[in-house]
Amino acid sequence: MRTMKDPAPSRLEYRMKRLMLRPSMRPFRRFGMPVIALATLVSLWAVDEGRRESAVAFLSELRNEVGERPELIVRMMIVEGASPELAASIRKSLSIEFPVSPFNLRLADLTEKVQALDAVAHASLQVRSRGVLVVEVDERVPVAVWRSDDSVVLLDKTGYRVATVPSRVSRPDLPLVAGLGADAAIPEVLQLYYVARPIRDRLRGFIRVGERRWDVVLDRGQSIKLPETQAVTALKKVVELDVAQDLLERDISVVDFRNSQRPVLRLGQTAIGTLHDG
Amino acid sequence: MMGDIYRNQRAMRAMRQTAMQRGVIAVLDVGTSKIACLILVLEENMDAANDEGIGNLAGQEKFRVIGAATTRSRGVEFGETMVLRETERAIRTAVQAAQKMAQCRVDHVMACASGGRPRSYGLAGQVQVEREIVTESDVAHVLASCDIPDYGADREILHAQPVNFVLDHRSGLTDPRNQIGQRLACDMHMLTADRAPIGNLVHCVRRCDLEMAGLAMSSYVSGISALVEDEQELGAACIDMGGGTTGISIFLKRHMIYADAVRLGGEHVTHDIAMGFKVPMNVAERIKTFHGGVVATGMDDRDMIEIDRESESWDGERRAVSRAELIGIMRPRVEEILEAVRERLDAAGFEHLPSQQIVLTGGASQVPGIDSLAARILGQQVRIGHPLRVRGLPQAVTGTAFSSAVGLSLLAAHPQDECWDFELPYDFRAARPLKRAVKWFRTNW
Ligand SMILES: Nc1ncnc2c1ncn2[C@@H]1O[C@H](COP(=O)(O)OP(=O)(O)O)[C@@H](O)[C@H]1O
Ligand SMILES: [Mg+2]
Repeated sequence: MRTMKDPAPSRLEYRMKRLMLRPSMRPFRRFGMPVIALATLVSLWAVDEGRRESAVAFLSELRNEVGERPELIVRMMIVEGASPELAASIRKSLSIEFPVSPFNLRLADLTEKVQALDAVAHASLQVRSRGVLVVEVDERVPVAVWRSDDSVVLLDKTGYRVATVPSRVSRPDLPLVAGLGADAAIPEVLQLYYVARPIRDRLRGFIRVGERRWDVVLDRGQSIKLPETQAVTALKKVVELDVAQDLLERDISVVDFRNSQRPVLRLGQTAIGTLHDG
Repeated sequence: MMGDIYRNQRAMRAMRQTAMQRGVIAVLDVGTSKIACLILVLEENMDAANDEGIGNLAGQEKFRVIGAATTRSRGVEFGETMVLRETERAIRTAVQAAQKMAQCRVDHVMACASGGRPRSYGLAGQVQVEREIVTESDVAHVLASCDIPDYGADREILHAQPVNFVLDHRSGLTDPRNQIGQRLACDMHMLTADRAPIGNLVHCVRRCDLEMAGLAMSSYVSGISALVEDEQELGAACIDMGGGTTGISIFLKRHMIYADAVRLGGEHVTHDIAMGFKVPMNVAERIKTFHGGVVATGMDDRDMIEIDRESESWDGERRAVSRAELIGIMRPRVEEILEAVRERLDAAGFEHLPSQQIVLTGGASQVPGIDSLAARILGQQVRIGHPLRVRGLPQAVTGTAFSSAVGLSLLAAHPQDECWDFELPYDFRAARPLKRAVKWFRTNW
């Protein structure tokens, strides 16, 4: 062994080396040290403010350059799964000016904006190849018209507002519901509407009473009072009676089925007169 | 006074046991010209060899060297640590380099020093065996019965080894335990050295965050590694020729029975060359190691050595000297050293040993022709002794200069009984009145 060079390690260096040689330090020597060394180098380099700024500038420039490459520019938007009206309102709410750099599109924000629309149940946005922004939406389908005190709105099958309409006439194809809490019982009213097929031409609408049961309103001032539970069965019975015995063609103003064991009929004015005459 | 040493030595022994358990220990040879550090891995499973009495050197495989380093010694004069800060730096250098090679940290160190004016004492003691069969406690008592001479207030006991037990009329027992007898006597070899340099060395080692696990005399451990078993058994002297000192240790029956040191060494030879040729010490050192010798032949007159090649000559002229001139400068000094050794051996009564083998080792024993010169001065049986081969030792540290480092490794793995290994009764530790110092081996053999 050749005699080694003269300079001795300092006490500190000696202690550090010994610390490093502890068995518990082995993983640290293997992984920790390189990381620390790298971090130290980077922070040493970044101590100078000018360098830091130039690095930031370089990065943003790089970003711009990449964002403005023609193959990455977003030129148009496609809305999928929405009616033309909804698509229009989506476009209006997003109000993106094309062409636009993909870095300037914050997809999360845009998605939120689209989802904020009443008619949209769910939306997802993505930039597809060749510069197309695709908005995929699940549109809420209106199933009923709800007339409340001050407005007429369309509801989807869960009772969620889809849109406001000027009057019931805008959607004659949908059943009309009214009354406080009607929107909370839309599934039931849909079933009632289905059961009422044979009398649909006379049907005016459904009124929610006391937020617990339905009145079915027909033309000529007739109405059917349904029970809180098993309203569908009750209505079915009424419709069957009508089909078999033309119940509703008679001069009856109210069919009270609130107690299905003991239904009550209230006669119309003419019938009452006839009774009195007879 | 004795109590102190007893406690220190016990503490170091405890440290050595801790190191044994951990399996790693360092040995540190603090010489005048170089400091060598070896890191050993101890393997515990080879204990059997010792119990069968094969002897200290038989169970060789008990350790392996995993780190080795040397550095130029600093702050050491005549083998004595003088400038603490410098020596500490040198120790740090050596330990750190050895640790790097071993990829392992050491906390325990056995050290050896070559200076401190070592002095040998032969002590004798005697007791009645308590219950027919000799027990550990009887051994402790007979060791305690040895009269400790007044070895000086500024001295420290380095070794105190029982070397011979006599049970009734049977002499030459190494271990009297479990034997039957009535009168147990013992001979003990005690080695003392100046307290200051030893204390300084211990201080330097501690400053390097290392624990002392043992302290030995360089010449003693050189003998352990440079003498073969037969030499240790039948009687031999190991002459460790270092830089500032030349250590002497005499072995008989596998025990060191005498140690001494001459305060002359290779550096004095170098100094003479520097003076004689008017060159700096480093140039003189190089001339000595490359061209040196002590026995002239007819060829040497014509063998010219250019001495300015390496030195910045003061007057710019190129000079050359003949090898004969160099030998002419070196030989008287080497003769002086060997004659001083002769004196010490004579004083110790070396000629009374059954065999009188002389083994030269240490860096300065590499001078060509020194064996024949030594044979003329010291007696016919002279050889150059290289340290024993041990596992893992790098080729570079197998030279004669590393006898003490290797010997210390052997000692670390196979410690020799010292009197503090026994549970001595209390009175031994108390200061005892001065009685006669016995140069016991002179009368016993
Ligand atoms: N080849 C050689 N020829 C003569 N002297 C040598 C040679 N190699 C080393 N020496 C001498 O040996 C001495 C060092 O011996 P060493 O045992 O290492 O000393 P220490 O144990 O005191 O540090 C130095 O004085 C050096 O000059
Ligand atoms: Mg030495």
